[in-house]
Amino acid sequence: MMHKLTVAELSKGLKNKEFSSVELTEHFLSRINQSDLNAFITVTDDLALDQARAADEKIANGNAGILTGIPYAHKDIFCTTGVKTSAGSKILDPFISPYDATVSHKLNSADMVMLGKANMDELAMGSSNEKSYYGPVKNPWNKNKVPGGSSGGSAAAVAGRLSPFATGTDTGGSIRQPASLCGITGIKPTYGRVSRYGMIAYASSLDQAGPLTQTAEDAALVMNVMAGFDDKDSTSVDRAVPDYTKNLGNSIEGLKIGLPKEFFSEGLDSGVAETIMAAVKEFEAMGASVQEISLPNSAHAIPTYYIVAPCECSSNLSRLDGVRYGYRCEDPKDLEDLYLRSRSEGFGAEVKRRIMIGAYALSAGYYDAYYLKAQKVRHLISEDFKKAFQDVDVIMGPVSPTTAFDLGSFTDSVSMYLADIYTLSLNLAGLPGMSIPAGFSNNMPVGLQLIGNYWSEELLLNAAHQFQAQTDWHAQMPEGV
Amino acid sequence: MSLSEQQVKEIAYLARLSIDDGEVEQTTAELNNILGLMADLAKIDTQGVSPMAHPLNMSQRLREDEVSETDQSEAFQKIAPQTGQSHFLVPTVIE
Repeated sequence: MMHKLTVAELSKGLKNKEFSSVELTEHFLSRINQSDLNAFITVTDDLALDQARAADEKIANGNAGILTGIPYAHKDIFCTTGVKTSAGSKILDPFISPYDATVSHKLNSADMVMLGKANMDELAMGSSNEKSYYGPVKNPWNKNKVPGGSSGGSAAAVAGRLSPFATGTDTGGSIRQPASLCGITGIKPTYGRVSRYGMIAYASSLDQAGPLTQTAEDAALVMNVMAGFDDKDSTSVDRAVPDYTKNLGNSIEGLKIGLPKEFFSEGLDSGVAETIMAAVKEFEAMGASVQEISLPNSAHAIPTYYIVAPCECSSNLSRLDGVRYGYRCEDPKDLEDLYLRSRSEGFGAEVKRRIMIGAYALSAGYYDAYYLKAQKVRHLISEDFKKAFQDVDVIMGPVSPTTAFDLGSFTDSVSMYLADIYTLSLNLAGLPGMSIPAGFSNNMPVGLQLIGNYWSEELLLNAAHQFQAQTDWHAQMPEGV
Repeated sequence: MSLSEQQVKEIAYLARLSIDDGEVEQTTAELNNILGLMADLAKIDTQGVSPMAHPLNMSQRLREDEVSETDQSEAFQKIAPQTGQSHFLVPTVIE
């Protein structure tokens, strides 16, 4: 039963010696090894048990922190010394990181136990986890359906109770959308809140890391460790980190909620819409007020994102060339052949498409029409939010237009891109957002999205925690767990 | 704007990706499908709007010019596909 507990409950159990970290770790490792979700690329059994033993020692000596000895799944995008860090790609399959990402370092310093590296869409490009070199991840609620992506392994691991929490990254929805499709809690913090050092870059002006958990309280506990300034990341922001658990209990009476009318128009599944509106009613019952707002440029988020992100990725991924680390083709006949074949054999189809779109959009003669234009529209999208937050405290809406779709149901890139409609705009603006379990439609979980102003993670977590105190959607588990 | 097969081959080369002749037609169709999404961008009025490159509109932070990195060349070369005499090796470039 230990696997059903939240991080907060496990922390108490460890402190009260109800179980040891080694027992806990062995329990989760055995669940992972029996699971058919394909949520992990690498399971780090030995390392986990070493970390658990060290944690137990600290607990015995009375030197334990709140998260000492708590196991977690680490998205395979974070560098981990001595452990394969593939980012779900063949091109990094041979890559054993020689250093730790700052997030890895922080979790290690908090004496946490890494169970393994979670599966993900290749180099974080995808919304279904079907684009992983290591095969698709299954949704624990229905194994014929996708868990979402790109942090699909992380979300499936938490929803399937293979791990009490998991790390994720979100460039265009990659924490919120899988959290929504798997019925768990996920937060994408403000850009610059969590260090990107050692987090394999996809689109550097959009990427941001955060936790996937059962509850908002757990997310707050983990955010306390993950967040903070890092001089190794030039875009990290030097700003004090609050104790995210401190205001969880505050009343949300008087909270002003905005519902963007563009998020409830054509294309939104009616079952999802009903679930979202019922959740909003719950907030009203708790004393929040609700008003309609408009984000007039939100539909432009799709073309804007799918220019900006590919441009950044085509530039970022030029470093993967078969020379210094990662995959190199067999018997290259000259340097050009080495570059061409290492990259062509190493990258999957979706990554190649995005690299090519980026290379085209940045090329002479097209730069103004695509990249520069997209950056200007990005400004308009960000201004929409700025205006909206003059009137409201939190924006709410759906995360995804539908619940989890069937594995293999999207055959072209564009229709999958369109499903990112509600998540992309806040990455473009750099704002924080959450997905919390709000109910079910057709027996699959629906996530409610909460979008806050810059640095308002505390308020988002507070609102989410208050909702979870009144509802039990977050406590629902797939059958057989 | 739609890409020709010749342009797609050129873009692939620009990105140091090779495309087999058999894949060119499909790749061209896929990329044109994606670029079709972008057509609406041209219609948006962005006169007087400045481009936004950084979500928080911040400029690059500077630091003191002090040595911060230690020599880890051995650890970095250990994971390289091919090395020799402290160098990363590639096929001969100059005879």
